[in-house]
Amino acid sequence: MTAGLEHYLTVSALLFGLGLYAVLTRRNAVALLMGVELILNAASLNFVAFARFVDGGVDGHIVAIFVIVLAAAEAAVALAIVLAMFRNFGTVNVDSVNRLKR
Amino acid sequence: MADHLLSWMTFAPVIGAAVIAGLPGRYKDLTKWIAAAATAVPLLLAVQLFLQFDRTTADMQFTEHYTWIKSFNIEYFMGVDGLSVPMVLLTALLSFLCIIASWRIEKAVKGYFSLFLLLEAGMMGVFCALDFFLFYVFWEVMLLPMYFLIGIWGGPRKEYAAIKFFLYTLAGSVLMLLAMIAFYYNVKDPVTGGHTFNMLHMMDQANHGGILDLANVRFVIWMGLFIGFAIKVPVFPFHTWLPDAHVEAPTAVSVILAGVLLKMGTYGLLRISYPMLPDQAVGFMVPMAILGAVNILYGAFCAMAQTDMKKLVAYSSVSHMGYVLLGMSAMNEVGINGAVLQMFNHGTITAMMFLCVGVIYDRAHHRDINGFGGLGLQMPLYTTVFSFALFAAVGLPGLSGFVSEAMVFIGAFPTHRTITVVSALGIVVGAAYVLWMLQRVFLGEKNAKYDSLPEISARELFTLVPIGIIVLVLGVYPMPVLDLMKVSLNHLIKVVAG
Amino acid sequence: MSEHAILLSALAVLLLPLLSYAILFFLGKKLPRQGDWLGVALLGASWLLALRIFAHFWAAGDPGLRIEANVRWLDLGVFKADAGLLVDGMSAVMLVVVTTVSLLVHLFSIGYMHGDRRYERFFAFLGFFTFSMLGIVLSNSLLFLYMFWELVGLASYLLIGFWFHKPSAAAANKKAFLTNRVGDFGFFIGILIFFTAYGTFNYFELFAAAHLHPLTGALLTLAGVGLFMGCIGKSAQVPLHIWLPDAMEGPTPVSALIHAATMVAAGVYMVARLLPLFDPGALLVVAYVGAITAFLGATIALVKTDIKKSLAYSTISQLGYMVMAMGVGVAAAGMFHLWTHAFFKALLFLGSGSVIHAVHTQEMPLMGGLRRKMPITFWTFLIATLAISGVPLFSGFYSKDAILAGALAFGMNKAHYVPFLLTLAAAGLTAFYMFRMVFLTFMGQPRDEARHHHAHESPWTMTVPLVTLAVLAVISSGWRGPTDGWFSRFVAPYDMARIVEETPGAPHAGEAFAVPAAVHGEHALPQESHGEAQESHGGTQAAHGGAHDSHDAHVRHTAHITAMVLSILVAGLGIFLAWLTYMRGRIDSSAVLARLPRVHHVLQRMYFFDEFYAATVYRFTLWFSWLCGAFDRLVIDGIVNGMGYLTRVLSWFAGLADRYVVDGLVNGVGAVIQGAGEGFRRVQTGRVQSYLAYACFSVLLLVFVFRAL
Repeated sequence: MTAGLEHYLTVSALLFGLGLYAVLTRRNAVALLMGVELILNAASLNFVAFARFVDGGVDGHIVAIFVIVLAAAEAAVALAIVLAMFRNFGTVNVDSVNRLKR
Repeated sequence: MADHLLSWMTFAPVIGAAVIAGLPGRYKDLTKWIAAAATAVPLLLAVQLFLQFDRTTADMQFTEHYTWIKSFNIEYFMGVDGLSVPMVLLTALLSFLCIIASWRIEKAVKGYFSLFLLLEAGMMGVFCALDFFLFYVFWEVMLLPMYFLIGIWGGPRKEYAAIKFFLYTLAGSVLMLLAMIAFYYNVKDPVTGGHTFNMLHMMDQANHGGILDLANVRFVIWMGLFIGFAIKVPVFPFHTWLPDAHVEAPTAVSVILAGVLLKMGTYGLLRISYPMLPDQAVGFMVPMAILGAVNILYGAFCAMAQTDMKKLVAYSSVSHMGYVLLGMSAMNEVGINGAVLQMFNHGTITAMMFLCVGVIYDRAHHRDINGFGGLGLQMPLYTTVFSFALFAAVGLPGLSGFVSEAMVFIGAFPTHRTITVVSALGIVVGAAYVLWMLQRVFLGEKNAKYDSLPEISARELFTLVPIGIIVLVLGVYPMPVLDLMKVSLNHLIKVVAG
Repeated sequence: MSEHAILLSALAVLLLPLLSYAILFFLGKKLPRQGDWLGVALLGASWLLALRIFAHFWAAGDPGLRIEANVRWLDLGVFKADAGLLVDGMSAVMLVVVTTVSLLVHLFSIGYMHGDRRYERFFAFLGFFTFSMLGIVLSNSLLFLYMFWELVGLASYLLIGFWFHKPSAAAANKKAFLTNRVGDFGFFIGILIFFTAYGTFNYFELFAAAHLHPLTGALLTLAGVGLFMGCIGKSAQVPLHIWLPDAMEGPTPVSALIHAATMVAAGVYMVARLLPLFDPGALLVVAYVGAITAFLGATIALVKTDIKKSLAYSTISQLGYMVMAMGVGVAAAGMFHLWTHAFFKALLFLGSGSVIHAVHTQEMPLMGGLRRKMPITFWTFLIATLAISGVPLFSGFYSKDAILAGALAFGMNKAHYVPFLLTLAAAGLTAFYMFRMVFLTFMGQPRDEARHHHAHESPWTMTVPLVTLAVLAVISSGWRGPTDGWFSRFVAPYDMARIVEETPGAPHAGEAFAVPAAVHGEHALPQESHGEAQESHGGTQAAHGGAHDSHDAHVRHTAHITAMVLSILVAGLGIFLAWLTYMRGRIDSSAVLARLPRVHHVLQRMYFFDEFYAATVYRFTLWFSWLCGAFDRLVIDGIVNGMGYLTRVLSWFAGLADRYVVDGLVNGVGAVIQGAGEGFRRVQTGRVQSYLAYACFSVLLLVFVFRAL
């Protein structure tokens, strides 16, 4: 049995779901970021899978690379914020950081 | 002063009140002297008025006429005729004597005397005003000091009495206010054609228009005014504020209340209701006579049931004001002259009685009729003076009360035969309660408790003797007062009853 | 004496006692001897002037002569009232009665009241009384008659209550004044009716007007009865006689002056003076009331043991005679009896005063045998007793005889015999109780040795009046009747024709004061037209006036002889019985009374008049006044306070409504907005995860929605 498109898509959907779950439920800012990475990777996997099974060049691969770059940049900025947060509030729990709300 | 005689009479007390209000509270004696001076001025002016008053005309005299609030045609319009002059004299005299009678007031002297002076101003104004709005203003001005005088310087239930008095009178004022507005909008100023508060214009039926042409409306207005004034008189069944107010009020305030304030009711009827709504007055004369008879008898019987001297005198006022109503309802010269004379006489006689009650209250600190006895031996001079007042109240000939009562009966008999006969029973019941009280207080065995009661003092006599002389002189020869009023009243009755 | 002088004298007679009053009232304490001499002197002057006036009318000999003067007292334009003086024969007689008795009582009081703490006040009051009484006599109009009438009542009040520290005196003077007021009520109504009909108060103008235009029907009777009510009160007639016995609480000179000789006679004088205003119906009432009073008074006097009380009932009885005389048409005889009675009754009272002064009790059972101790008092008292009993040659005989004759003639003419029979019986009773009094007081053995021992004759100030009055009690009649003796110079029936002629100003009927046209009142009292008037009025005249036809004269003659014989017989019988009972002891009075317990009880309790009034009038008045007071306090004030309470309840509700409805709305809007904010605030968590969750769910929702479509 060879792996078809639907298998890739299924893996990608699982990844997306896991990522989303992490984003929605985690309170830890770093875990949040990891969730976001999972979502981005799920998207990259989709692009690559479609590029493999659908005729039409390498567009999907390119976008996947863009996503990786973006993810790196995002991780850098976000981690910097998380660091700053930790320095200011002594925690990385996003719910505790609600001074504006109060 | 002669130019603005009435204004001076009205506002001299106001000036006095202002001076007293500005004076530091510790100058108690000075306050009293200023108050005496401020009431002496109107008294002297009243004497001048009495001398200069033209007795041959029914027109308004000593008039003062200025625009006050132009946009509503409200004027400062003062003047007196034969109806008001006796009342003005009475007010000036009693106010002065009451200041003297209040000499022993020690509580909040400043407030008491300034309010008292304000009260006098209000009363004077009511009797002099010829602009309905001005009349109303003075009417209300007088109310407020009265409320405080009872409510602050009164007896144990002073708050109750003061509020009752105030609410009752206010209810009357509201009815009067409505009637006043009805007149304002439906009476035309013959000169300008606009609305007017001028009473003389209102009295002229030719100026009436609008809803005043409707008989039902006129009746409603009449009733409004009548009830408004009846509360003041007070006419049964609106009289119950009177005993309470009297019992609680300090002596001098009682004197003013009975001596002057009650007269405002009947004065209002004669000054406003009668000439402005003559048809209604004639139509209402039988109910009015019946109310008069009820007042006479009911008041007398109630008086008999009292054990508080002051309450007894208060109910006797109800009874005596019944004579005024009866005389007014007669719709003839004798009746109406008798009624106004009775107003004057009741003012003097009841003042004497209240002053006398005050004398004994100051000494014994109670007024229970059954608690005395045999005072005639202890205080013979006081007994003589009080008996004099009481016999004047009984209507003993030779004292002024008789003349007016007799005139009332003589006037009322041809118009209301049965009612007059029934009312005449009042002379029996009236004698009964007075003599019974006289017996219980002054006659009989001396109550040992009062062995050291001092005799009436010179200051107290000073307040009583002038009134006593007036009562005696008018009883022997009533024309000095009748002369003042007869022309105006005869004119009035001609206007009202044709 | 000119008319002018007469009027001035009359004015002086009137005002001198007033002057005495004024001076003694204000300055009495400061004068030497507390001013008693001044009162006596002024009264003496007044008395002399009264005698002068009397002499003038004696000389004139014309009972119709009258001298009047008026001053305007009230003038209101249409309504006018005059104050006036009237002097004629009748008032001249009254002037002498009043001033004489008053002067003697003044003198008597100097001794009797000696040492009283209000000595000067007593003389002042006596002066005041005399002034008021003279005012009644001299006034010429109903209004002033009424005024002085009331003043006399006041004087009586003051003097009965002179010893007001005694509770009984304090009650008695009130009772006297109030009882009189009841009568005055009717009197005043009568005055009102006549004034309304004729528009004048003046006697003679009224007479003329009433003669020309009599009121019709019951109204005239009613008016007459009204006037008569004044007399019932003042002259102590049944049923208003109850005050007079109680009035004996006053000092004895007062009883003599006021409650025996003068004031109580004012009612009689008033009826005599106003006789033309009474119609036959009213006169019948007068006759019966008088006769009943005469009889009742005499019967009660039989059983009284208090000497003054007994005399008081005697007075009531004698006043009944006078009043009846007015009713049966012999007014002159009534006035004559007033004249003679004044002297002998004043004498009786002063005599009793002298006795009381001596023994310090009023109870006859405690006296007895005083004849030797007090000879002057005894003899004068006896003379007065003979006079009142109607023994010939004493003054009372002539006047009482004339009254009885008139009553008999009235009975024969009108078939009303009751008045005559009652008064005849009363004549016998009078003789009996008066001699009983004399026997019990002066004769026999002293029953209380201690009192008898201290008894002594009174000082000269007291005995001189007694002797003077005793002389008058004998001679005052002139030993002739009222119509054939000297008295006819003074008092005679009114000559109506002459009055009409001499009173040009008499008003016409219905011309009262103007009741304005708009007031269609009942003011026009019904009056007869001139024609029929004459006839009915002629009848009235015959009843109380001259007898014109021979039949009438015959009746009168017969009546006169019969009445004279009968009255002497009953008087003799009365005296004889009294002698048997109280001197010889042949009749045991207590046994007689024991035989008749009911009668005795009724008499002892004075026919239960006091009890009756106590149970009805007093109780009703007190109950009614209590009711009015309670009604006022509970019902009217209850309504007022109820209104106040209701207002407060309403305002409480209004407060609630304000707080919860009006304010609720306002707050409600706020609350809704706040609540919404609260709600939305929850949404706006600021938590990105939540937003994301919403977004995801929303997308899923949209997906499902669109799938469903």
